[in-house]
Amino acid sequence: MESGKTKRSGTVIFSAYERGAAIKKALSLSRNDILFELKNSGLKGRGGAGFPTATKWMLTAAAVSDKKYLICNADEGEPGTFKDRVLLIEYPELVFDAMVVGGYTIGADEGIVYLRGEYEYLIDSLNDYLEEMRKDNLLGENILGKNGFNFDIKIFLGEGAYVCGEETALIESLEGQRGEARNRPPYPVNTGYLGKPTCVNNVETLATISHIIVKGSEWYKQFGSDKSKGTKLFSISGDCERPGVYELEWGTKISEVLELVGAKDAKAVQVGGASGICLNSSQFDRTLAYEDIPTGGSIIIFNKSRNMLKVLKNFMEFFVEESCGQCTPCRIGNVKLLEGIKMIEENKFTFKQINKLKELAETMKIASKCGLGQSSPNPFLSILENFKDEIFNHSGGGSYA
Amino acid sequence: MRRNNNVRAPESQKPLKIDIAENPEDLGAMINIEINEKKVSVPMGTTILQACRQNQVHIPTLCHHDDLCIAGVCRVCVVEVEGMKTLQAACSFPITSPIKIKTTSPRVRRARKNILDLLLSEHYGECYACVRNNNCELQALAKEYGVDHYNFGHIEKPKFRVDNSSYAVVRDMNKCILCKRCVRTCIDLQEVGVLEAINRGEATYIGTFFDKPLADVICINCGQCINRCPTGALHANDPRDEIWAAIDDPTKHVIIQTAPSPRAAIGEEFGLEPGHSLTGEMNTALRRIGFDAVFDTNFAADLTVMEEGTELLLRLHKLLVEGNTDVAIPQFTSCSPGWVKYLEHFYPDFINHLSSAKSPQQMFGAVLKTFYPKIKNIDPANIVTVAVMPCAAKKFECNRPEMTDSGFKDIDYGLTTRELAQMIKEAGIYLPELPKSEFDDPFGDASGAGLIFGATGGVMEAALRTVLELVTGEKIENIFENAEIKAVRGFEGIRYAEIPITKVGPVPDLISHLFKDFKWLEGVTLKVAVAHGTANAKKVLEDIKNGGKFSECQFIEFMACPGGCLGGGGQPIPTNAEIRRKRAEAIYKEERTLNYRKSHENPKLIRLYNEFLTDGPCGSISYKLLHTTYTKRGSFIV
Amino acid sequence: MFVEEKTGLIEEIDKLVAKYGNTRSSLLPILHEIQKKYRYISDFAQQEIAKRLKIHPVEVYSVISFYSFLNSEPKGRNLVRICKSIVCDMKGKDAIVKALERELGIKIGETTPDKKITLEYLNCMGLCDHAPAMAINDRVYTDLTPEKAVELVNNIK
Repeated sequence: MESGKTKRSGTVIFSAYERGAAIKKALSLSRNDILFELKNSGLKGRGGAGFPTATKWMLTAAAVSDKKYLICNADEGEPGTFKDRVLLIEYPELVFDAMVVGGYTIGADEGIVYLRGEYEYLIDSLNDYLEEMRKDNLLGENILGKNGFNFDIKIFLGEGAYVCGEETALIESLEGQRGEARNRPPYPVNTGYLGKPTCVNNVETLATISHIIVKGSEWYKQFGSDKSKGTKLFSISGDCERPGVYELEWGTKISEVLELVGAKDAKAVQVGGASGICLNSSQFDRTLAYEDIPTGGSIIIFNKSRNMLKVLKNFMEFFVEESCGQCTPCRIGNVKLLEGIKMIEENKFTFKQINKLKELAETMKIASKCGLGQSSPNPFLSILENFKDEIFNHSGGGSYA
Repeated sequence: MRRNNNVRAPESQKPLKIDIAENPEDLGAMINIEINEKKVSVPMGTTILQACRQNQVHIPTLCHHDDLCIAGVCRVCVVEVEGMKTLQAACSFPITSPIKIKTTSPRVRRARKNILDLLLSEHYGECYACVRNNNCELQALAKEYGVDHYNFGHIEKPKFRVDNSSYAVVRDMNKCILCKRCVRTCIDLQEVGVLEAINRGEATYIGTFFDKPLADVICINCGQCINRCPTGALHANDPRDEIWAAIDDPTKHVIIQTAPSPRAAIGEEFGLEPGHSLTGEMNTALRRIGFDAVFDTNFAADLTVMEEGTELLLRLHKLLVEGNTDVAIPQFTSCSPGWVKYLEHFYPDFINHLSSAKSPQQMFGAVLKTFYPKIKNIDPANIVTVAVMPCAAKKFECNRPEMTDSGFKDIDYGLTTRELAQMIKEAGIYLPELPKSEFDDPFGDASGAGLIFGATGGVMEAALRTVLELVTGEKIENIFENAEIKAVRGFEGIRYAEIPITKVGPVPDLISHLFKDFKWLEGVTLKVAVAHGTANAKKVLEDIKNGGKFSECQFIEFMACPGGCLGGGGQPIPTNAEIRRKRAEAIYKEERTLNYRKSHENPKLIRLYNEFLTDGPCGSISYKLLHTTYTKRGSFIV
Repeated sequence: MFVEEKTGLIEEIDKLVAKYGNTRSSLLPILHEIQKKYRYISDFAQQEIAKRLKIHPVEVYSVISFYSFLNSEPKGRNLVRICKSIVCDMKGKDAIVKALERELGIKIGETTPDKKITLEYLNCMGLCDHAPAMAINDRVYTDLTPEKAVELVNNIK
């Protein structure tokens, strides 16, 4: 399928970048300078949770330990998300350079890329790329002549578990365990992989950092909205003419996105993948930004022919399978929500039951152990709310094909 | 921080399991928090659950267990922490900053109720047809939350076949709520590693390697998982029906022997606080139930001490006098069948260290179907032997094919404390109000040494009392105050003691056929150790393998269960360190009141040697009836 | 299992343990390679791995059962996996599955009687912009039609 680089252009991530530039620049700066730049940029984690990246790095840097780890979370499993695939194929330098910068900043000498098993076909080219970096002393010992700074990166392959995108489940998986999220606190920045301080960053977060280091936080801050600085990669798919990965500034309206990708007949947009929320056409003027709709960047478009209950069913089937199964709300709750959908499908429900399930969904959001169970009720709640006419009154709704 | 790559639970979460020290300041700063608007101060690192319990705020729990590392999976203990978007599991949240906690807000109540409803929807079966009826944590929670209907439906058909392949433990996964206490017990607490979660998501269940029946994997039958299961998903293989049938059969002479630990704990099944011995009451109850004879396993424990102690002296003699370096020293105790099977599986090369002496249960069985029918003039074929044990593994032990030295199955049924309590209730008896009565002869008047077998260190103490007195000729009371050897008592996981033998006496009559004198023991320092819980046993064995200090011991007591027999897998549920401590206190307290404190002083034991085991301890008759062999099982699962 | 097979497997495991180390963190990489070579991880292999990593066999079994790409029972020589997540579903996954089922004479989740092909579902492969997508062993194929999918599967040797 994809080979070589397609021509992309974008304001930040897809802007020009010279391999190794961020490492060079970073090694000329103090750790505090780097942390300041990051903090000033306002960058938040791009995986979806939106935790301030500078804080994560500072906490890991501040942790006292003989050994620390920097982990790149490339376990992109959210249905409708594929930006990390594009980054790793086309822009590995952005990701790996930032890992080296991160290692330098937080004091780690080992970087691990947790690559989802579904992307195994990328592993050879990535390893080749790392080998190139080693040749050029962008990895290895005394990187670029910086005495005492050693850093190397290895790639660890996932084995097909969506939940391992959750950082503590990912760490468990790295340790050879079932991918079950840990109790937090303690947080990985203190007690992470093998009990050592560990910083876990999303692929896109790292790619962005490389640009911020080279071009500065002030440059980065000129993009985006008031409260959400910079740009974001969006994986756009579904009923549109031009699906793909787009770099857009924070603050872009849904309607603008639809225009851009040629989605003429959209009735629904799922933002944030299966665990995100589903908007109807009356909400298309809302904006993609931390202050309005925060997202990891998946946008799935549904046209007027789609049956939203079937869409919801697909999502819930996904969660029933992909829940790790350790905590009660997520393990059984998702099953109950799916049963509710089947009840609606067969027209064998009462609104009392549906309301009880909505209450259950709220419980799952606050009582589940990790982000999976806390977000899996989102499509259930938003689709039942935003498409209630279609679902409960059977007025519209076609089939998939 | 201590690192160990072999623990299943995340190491990072282990420090969360903190004990409240006597001086909380030692743990670091005290932190001022608010629980339901009440200001309190707790040591840094205390979990919210501990903080609430210390302040009489009740938090429901299911996956949490005081003996186990934290899981944080059932989520019924969720509370609100001000400033946090989601609810937090009280059991796993360490307090490190001045937080404000709400334990009964509407969000919390709704969440707990919903979670409980979810668990109930998947929990198959009816409470009144369950072994844990009235002692089930899920049922109790349902009552606490006033559940009167199923909000999310209720599973109508069982999903799993009940696994009753094992003599000891029955697994009914239809009742499992996936709290993983059994997993944490098996892997972390006992380090046996039979149970783990299989699959993920909706399909998750607790299973064995390749879903093999429990009898075919390396289960040691300790039953610790049963003691910690909050529901009826795990229970012991119950022989009550067969025992009732034997009692009802007039041609059968049904004998029951009772081990020390059940009597120290059975009161708990009748609502008493832990720590009440009901020895005499139990004897009365057993007669009322219809047992033809009620014997004290402690008598057989005295026999075990004699045989095992003599065996130790013989091994030492071989090594020190005959210069036979092949003799396996240290000698390991062999009365805990869970421990024996653990060794057979995981350290088969060590089985020659195991004392060949049978456990008291099995020694008694062999005597009850040989000596006893002879003096009573009963056909041994009509004798049915039942053993009340605190133990699940005893059910397996009595079914070992080698345990038939009497020509019959030496012990027919192993009955747990819980099952006996059930029989007593079925007979319409309220145990605590019964009058007391004595054990039957010819095996009454057992010594206190036999009684303390119930607590970890007890076998060692009993053996030391006898061995030291036989060897030195000195009254043990002159060496240890009150004959209490405190160094081997307590609940420390592994204990070690050195006892120098400074003088020796003449060889007593009972073993004079084996030794000319004890001069060769003069100046020897007896090094002994005690380990309880197989995880601790593993540490000692690894140390011996590596030539550490335990390899220099002469004698080591091992018990499969934490706390020894009193914490056995057949004991009343629940269990925790406090309960085990109280049971131990009850045993030691009762011991002080007994006429005889040393096995070799037991007059009925001496009679047995005089009349039946006529060539003495470790003689040919006792070798035939009271000693056994072991199997190198290995840990490969076929 | 024949003795030679066992010896071969043990050699392989020893090699992998030497390569990745004998700590539990090596478990997934070791399982991955065994899976790749033998197409499943037998009970014998699991116990040998457990022994070397000093963990319990049931823990290895548990981990394998957790992850979609690891299995304890043998599958076909070729693994055809069709993405069933939302976008591929919308874009015609059902038609592709029906065509493959018809062509191979098996249902999804089954293996052909000659053990050549196992047909399975897979959750999102991250190819939603080129849906529908499927994977044949390590290679992925996108923008499928039923016709194209059948042709690809028929080309498997």
